[in-house]
Amino acid sequence: MKTARDTWLIFQYEVVLLVRNPVSIAITLIQPITYLLLFTPFLKGAMRVPTYSNAFQIYVPSLFAAMGVYSGLFAGFSLLGAMRQGVVTRHRVTPVSRVSLLLGRVLMYVLLVGFQGTVVTVAALAFGLRVQPGNFLFALVLLSLMVALSVSIGFDLALLVPNENSLGTLVNSASNGLALLAGVLIPLSVAPLWIQHVADWNPFAWGTNGMRSIFQGHIGATVVWEACLVMGLVAAVTLVLSSRLFSREIA
Amino acid sequence: MIEVSGLRKSFRSRHGRKATAVDAVRGVDFSVERAEIFGFLGPNGAGKSTTLRMLATLLRPDGGDATIAGADLRRDPGQVRKRIGFVAQSSGTYDHSTGRRDLVLEARMYGVSKSAAQTLAEGVIAAFHLGDFVDRQIKTYSGGQRRRLDVALGVIHSPQVIFLDEPTAGLDPPSRARMWQEVRRLRDEGMTIFLTTHYLDEADTLCDRISIIDSGLIVAEGTPSNLKREISGDVVIVDLAAADTAGVPEPATILQASKVLTEQPYVESCETIEHTLRLYVDSAATAIPQIMRALSGKGIEPGAIETRRPSLDDVFLAKTGHTLEPG
Repeated sequence: MKTARDTWLIFQYEVVLLVRNPVSIAITLIQPITYLLLFTPFLKGAMRVPTYSNAFQIYVPSLFAAMGVYSGLFAGFSLLGAMRQGVVTRHRVTPVSRVSLLLGRVLMYVLLVGFQGTVVTVAALAFGLRVQPGNFLFALVLLSLMVALSVSIGFDLALLVPNENSLGTLVNSASNGLALLAGVLIPLSVAPLWIQHVADWNPFAWGTNGMRSIFQGHIGATVVWEACLVMGLVAAVTLVLSSRLFSREIA
Repeated sequence: MIEVSGLRKSFRSRHGRKATAVDAVRGVDFSVERAEIFGFLGPNGAGKSTTLRMLATLLRPDGGDATIAGADLRRDPGQVRKRIGFVAQSSGTYDHSTGRRDLVLEARMYGVSKSAAQTLAEGVIAAFHLGDFVDRQIKTYSGGQRRRLDVALGVIHSPQVIFLDEPTAGLDPPSRARMWQEVRRLRDEGMTIFLTTHYLDEADTLCDRISIIDSGLIVAEGTPSNLKREISGDVVIVDLAAADTAGVPEPATILQASKVLTEQPYVESCETIEHTLRLYVDSAATAIPQIMRALSGKGIEPGAIETRRPSLDDVFLAKTGHTLEPG
């Protein structure tokens, strides 16, 4: 109960700060739209599909998956910023639940990326994407699980490597590796067999497959339920481990 | 209100492959009474902040015990957090937040409802005179305004004990005076204040009682006036840099002067600080002519001689063998 209340408190505070900052709002909106505008013409040619509509059907779920991987992993930088400004220290001398300091921030990212995903979808609808509202909501749920996992990993990296420069290099290679092995932008079906086997161990690969299926309208497909199960379990385990690490590092 | 015994903490630091333990706090004991301003005076790196962070539940002590406002630090840090406030050396707010938003959040983190939090925020905004700027972004605040907000955040839940880490570091004199005034007001309202400082005047005029800490150990404790009284008599400062030539004296000259003066029967002790000698004597009035005679007997001409009452720096020097003031 206290954890839920405190999580809500931190979540609210972080969201209000984000919303009140016009620059961050602009970046939040521009980023997915830019991807959409720049990538789709390429894709239409590369995938040899007749219409933009077909291209979006494949590209939008990929973009969801990409946002799920990247935005979360880079969240560590904002945690470092908060630690550097002494905000985390100030909060942890209060009786506020330790886990909430983590969870509130994770939820802020879930909301942020969910919002970006909605903007992307609405924009893509105008260009001919077709998705059932129910399926879209389901995609948002899966996206939230992916964000929860990646933010959690992003925070862990920041706690273990509390130095902006080293963290930058680390997060870059980690996110590129994870995204590549998830088939986020280049489908894994074109990858060599051994890479496909390695990718089986990447939870984000399962999430990406599920996401594509949802957007193709196969909501009951095995791959969708597998995706939710794998992402849910791995996200839960990682969050527990992160909150341990978080509590230890900032006790 | 605060009872500390044998508190210690060491950090592991790495130089290449060798890991060495650095003893930051090597077992400190002290107690602080209710409604008292208690100061930890010491140079940077003496262990002040480490002690403070241990007491504020931010660092786990390696050993020792502490009871704060009746709660056991090691067994029940959760209770300690409810009863204390802590203001870190660096401000703990986002630049793009506003003072009021952070005050309300701070109060809510202590478990009160939103409306109660807003009332508490109003209370400290009035008490600390934050009204003119509290709704602006924090990055627009002056150093003094920011520091006042920090302290307001620390005491919004009316803790029994407040920890202030270097509350006036980097502030201009008017802001410092104002901060002192706020700290005294908190004490008069019944709060117990534990602060660290490396400013002698702050320890002297603001604190009711101080501990002098150096290299992780407490070397002296008492009221500022009692500590100064331990250094009996006067202090005579002999500057060997010649005023007319503005030259720094030879090291050999300093050594010789120090040797001569230490041998004088009326000099209780003599400390060398760069090119000045600090002499502790019974009476400056009678000592100065004799000092002049002793020095010119060896052909040494001092550039300047001044005399003053003992300060906390003299206490510091007597206890640790080095001074707190640079130069």
